[in-house]
Amino acid sequence: MSATTPEPITKVSVIISRGSLDGIYPGLIMANGARAEGIEANLFFTFFGLDAVHTKRIEHIKVATVGNPGMHIPTLLGGLPGMSALATHMMNKKMHELDIPPISEFIEMIGDTGAGMYACKASVDMFGLSKDDFVPQIQDIITVGEFYERAAGGQIIFT
Amino acid sequence: MSTTTLAGTPVEVNDEGFFVDPNQWTREMAEEMARADGIDELTPQHWQVIDFMRSEYFAKGTGPTVRILGKSSGVAVKELYQLFPKGPAKMAARIAGIPKPKGCI
Repeated sequence: MSATTPEPITKVSVIISRGSLDGIYPGLIMANGARAEGIEANLFFTFFGLDAVHTKRIEHIKVATVGNPGMHIPTLLGGLPGMSALATHMMNKKMHELDIPPISEFIEMIGDTGAGMYACKASVDMFGLSKDDFVPQIQDIITVGEFYERAAGGQIIFT
Repeated sequence: MSTTTLAGTPVEVNDEGFFVDPNQWTREMAEEMARADGIDELTPQHWQVIDFMRSEYFAKGTGPTVRILGKSSGVAVKELYQLFPKGPAKMAARIAGIPKPKGCI
C-alpha cells in the first residue's frame, strides 16, 4: 500500500438515538453495509432509538409529518389525524418495492451478520424497561463507559 | 488498475483486486484467490454462492448484495458470513471474478 492510500476503516460503532423511520434506517443501513464490506460493526440504541429493538414497538415505527421540513407538508396539515400513518404507509410501500427490509427483518439480518447490538442503560432505566422488552438480537444493556470500551479502535457514528 | 497473475495467467484487476473483465475468470483462479484470502478450500457451499453471483452478474449487470444472496442463493445470511468472513458481498464477488456489487442493502 502506498503512503498516500488512506487507512481502510476496519470497525464502526453506530449509535441510533431516534425512534422515527427516518431516524432508524440510516444507522441500520450503515451497520449492515459495514458488515457486508467485512468491517466490524456495533449498534448502540439509545433514547427513542430503543423503539427499533423494542418487541412491542418495532412493528409500529412511523415517519414524523410534524416538525419534519423534509416531508414538505405544511405543519397544520401534517398534524391532521392519520397523516403520519399515511406517510409511513407510502414510505413503507416504496421501500418494499426497493426490497429494503422492514425494521424487524433488518434487525434480524444484521444480527445474522455478526454485528453487536446493545441497548443504552440510562435510557432503559429511564423508560422502565428490561432485557425482556427487547428483540433477542440485543446482546446486553450497557453503560456509556462500556460502549466506549466496545467502540475502542474504531469509528463512532451518531445518528 | 494493474495486472496480476492468477493460475499462471495474467489478469487485469482494479485497485481493490476486482476483475476488470469477468470473462478472464476461471475456477482455478477462484481457488487461488480464496487461499490468498484465508479460505483453504472452496466447499460446495462456497461454489453455490460464487456460481449464483456470476449468473446474477451476467443476467443483471451487477452482482447481488448480501440481502439478495440471503434470499435467493440458497445460503442464509448467517452462513454467508461464515463462508466469507471478510464480508460476503466484497469477498465473494472478488473471488467470483465480478465487480463489487452495487446496492446499499
